[in-house]
Amino acid sequence: MLELQGIYKTFEDRAVLSDVNLIVSKGATHALIGSSGSGKTTLLRITLGLIPFEKGYVRIDGQALLSLTQVEWADRIGYVPQDGGLFPHITGRNNVALVAKLRGWRKSRIEDRVEELRKVVDLEAEVLARFPREMSGGQKQRVAIMRAAMMDPAVMLLDEPMAALDPLIRSSLQQELKSIFGRLGKTVLLVTHDLGEAVFLAEQMTMLHEGRVVQTGTYRDLLLRPANPFVTQFINAQRTLPDAVDLQ
Amino acid sequence: MRRAWAMVILLAASLPSAASAAEPIVVGGKIFTESYVLGEIAAQTIESATHVPVNRKLGMGNTGILFEALKSGAIDVYPDYTGTLAEALLKRPDLKSLEDIRQALSALDLTTSGSLGFNDTYALAVKEGFAQKHNLRSIGDLIPMESDIRAAFSYEFMDRKDGYPGLAGNYHLSFDPQKVSRMEHTLSYQAIEQNAVDLIDVYSTDAKIKKLHLRLLDDDHDYFPVYQAVWVARKSFVEKHPREWQALLGLEGRIGEKAMLDMNAQADIQRIGFAQIASRFLGAQSPESEGWMKEVMRRTKEHLWLVGVSLLFSVLVGIPLGVMAVRFHATGQAILLSSALIQTVPSLALLCFLIPVFGVGTKPALAALCLYSLLPVVLNTFTGIRAVNPIHVENARAFGLNRRQILFRVVLPLASPTLLAGIKTATIVSIGTATLAALVGAGGYGAPIVSGLSLNDLPTILMGAIPAALMALVAHGLFEVLGMVLIPAGLRRRP
Repeated sequence: MLELQGIYKTFEDRAVLSDVNLIVSKGATHALIGSSGSGKTTLLRITLGLIPFEKGYVRIDGQALLSLTQVEWADRIGYVPQDGGLFPHITGRNNVALVAKLRGWRKSRIEDRVEELRKVVDLEAEVLARFPREMSGGQKQRVAIMRAAMMDPAVMLLDEPMAALDPLIRSSLQQELKSIFGRLGKTVLLVTHDLGEAVFLAEQMTMLHEGRVVQTGTYRDLLLRPANPFVTQFINAQRTLPDAVDLQ
Repeated sequence: MRRAWAMVILLAASLPSAASAAEPIVVGGKIFTESYVLGEIAAQTIESATHVPVNRKLGMGNTGILFEALKSGAIDVYPDYTGTLAEALLKRPDLKSLEDIRQALSALDLTTSGSLGFNDTYALAVKEGFAQKHNLRSIGDLIPMESDIRAAFSYEFMDRKDGYPGLAGNYHLSFDPQKVSRMEHTLSYQAIEQNAVDLIDVYSTDAKIKKLHLRLLDDDHDYFPVYQAVWVARKSFVEKHPREWQALLGLEGRIGEKAMLDMNAQADIQRIGFAQIASRFLGAQSPESEGWMKEVMRRTKEHLWLVGVSLLFSVLVGIPLGVMAVRFHATGQAILLSSALIQTVPSLALLCFLIPVFGVGTKPALAALCLYSLLPVVLNTFTGIRAVNPIHVENARAFGLNRRQILFRVVLPLASPTLLAGIKTATIVSIGTATLAALVGAGGYGAPIVSGLSLNDLPTILMGAIPAALMALVAHGLFEVLGMVLIPAGLRRRP
């Protein structure tokens, strides 16, 4: 379970986040949505332990972020950066294995774990021998998920996982991603500006606007019982939302 | 005489000697033919009188630096001229007699022999044809055409009070400053040969005077001081090696003007080696010459040592400095600025500054090379790291890599192409700059270049210049290979 409670963050005397609360229950997939400037990237960096914040708690399975070192925290939260964020100078396999190697895992243990995850994300073994520049967008995304899951973290955090992908690939990968999440069985927080993606992948979503949570709930809640006019405005602005989404 | 190449500096010898019995006697010499010949004569004379090994540090820089080397004990003895000692070293142009000069030197714990037998003074020279055309016999004859004369004077002649400034005052000469150029002494002979200039300063025993058919203009006013050749030595050397000093004193009055001019001609015109000329003069067996292959090998070893050590230093110090420059902004700017400032100091001047700190020989040469090769490495490390996408650093932190791991696993590998390019630049620059190490007696490919330059002997120059160029080419190739090994495959250009 991932809990963010009463998070406040100011930047040069300007409030960037005010009293942000967000809870993702164990095994659930939750979307954090908001337009650029809403504070969602700041919240993501706070969740990763990369920047300090003034007030509040971040907890994973009851363990507070501030009670752990950056290294200990990193093992509890698997991060998939935008576009995969693979290191360009090493192969896919070495990207996946990097942290485990630094933690002194035995070679056979690393190999077994990589093989296990490769099956989960359904990637051809040959792709792992390639360098990132030789991979397609979808392949990079899968390798990045393997890397994030390598240390068996309790929580997975994905930043705009589909943003850079071609629409056709995106729709097939979305399906894929959903089943990968199912197979991994992790608690997942998905950060996105794309409501369609959020609706497709996540049961619950939290909408952030000007550093505050405006509403948390299902897409149905947001659509039918918007907390304020901004929620409706945000939903209506999503032109890429497929018409075929059937709410009945 | 003095002939110092003003542009050149330094001296020889490895280090100030506290001198144990086994320690070699170090003979110095300046960087022109006559000084090479006299230095070789001194070295062979000592060798025939003793079993103490003799270390030759011939072909070193100008008078001032050689004098410093003598005072500091880096060399024991070298040939110089009374006029030079009085004017350039003691700053006492009033001292005329050898006895007075010796007395003044005594205060510095130095001494001299008596005159070796010839006077090699400054003179002004024009081409024979030019002299006839303008009816020139003496220096005074230049006055009617003073604004048309194109002159090339050596640096030292231009700067010494008993050189050009005093001469112009004494003869009321005023050349057009636009037409007077300062030039390295050896090159001024070439300049007059090719009619690029009309008038040069020479030394009266120069072999090239004959070779180039130059006419020496008479010094009607007896302006130029007397330049008797003498041995200059440290008193401690004289006390510790009385037998060797006596052998050197045995040469007093034995080298006449004609003998010296002949020996200079043998070197400059007949291209006979200095060692052979000296042994012929001393009536000894000609020592075996080294053979060019062997010399090139020896020079290669010396050169590789200079380049290798300085490169190791620049990598071990330059990369950490570059990393620091990125991490601490203010310190970083200071580091970059100071390494750039070092780069603007001319190499010879830098060598000169380093002598008080490191003495002479390989040490100051290495120090200078280290400083020069620092900038490309520091700058490229800095630039390379700054060019790394900060996203990768943040991601690495999010994955739980610590600072060290981020530096070695992410930042340095990503910066490695730029970094390696910096090391490559440093290597090539250092191969070139190391040729100047000869001026501080550190050997290397610069030694044949410097001695060939003073003899105006192209084959000897090429003996240093060609291997130096080849070494640069090999280094270039080596770095291509190194790039394939060191730069992570994911960053390499696709074939």
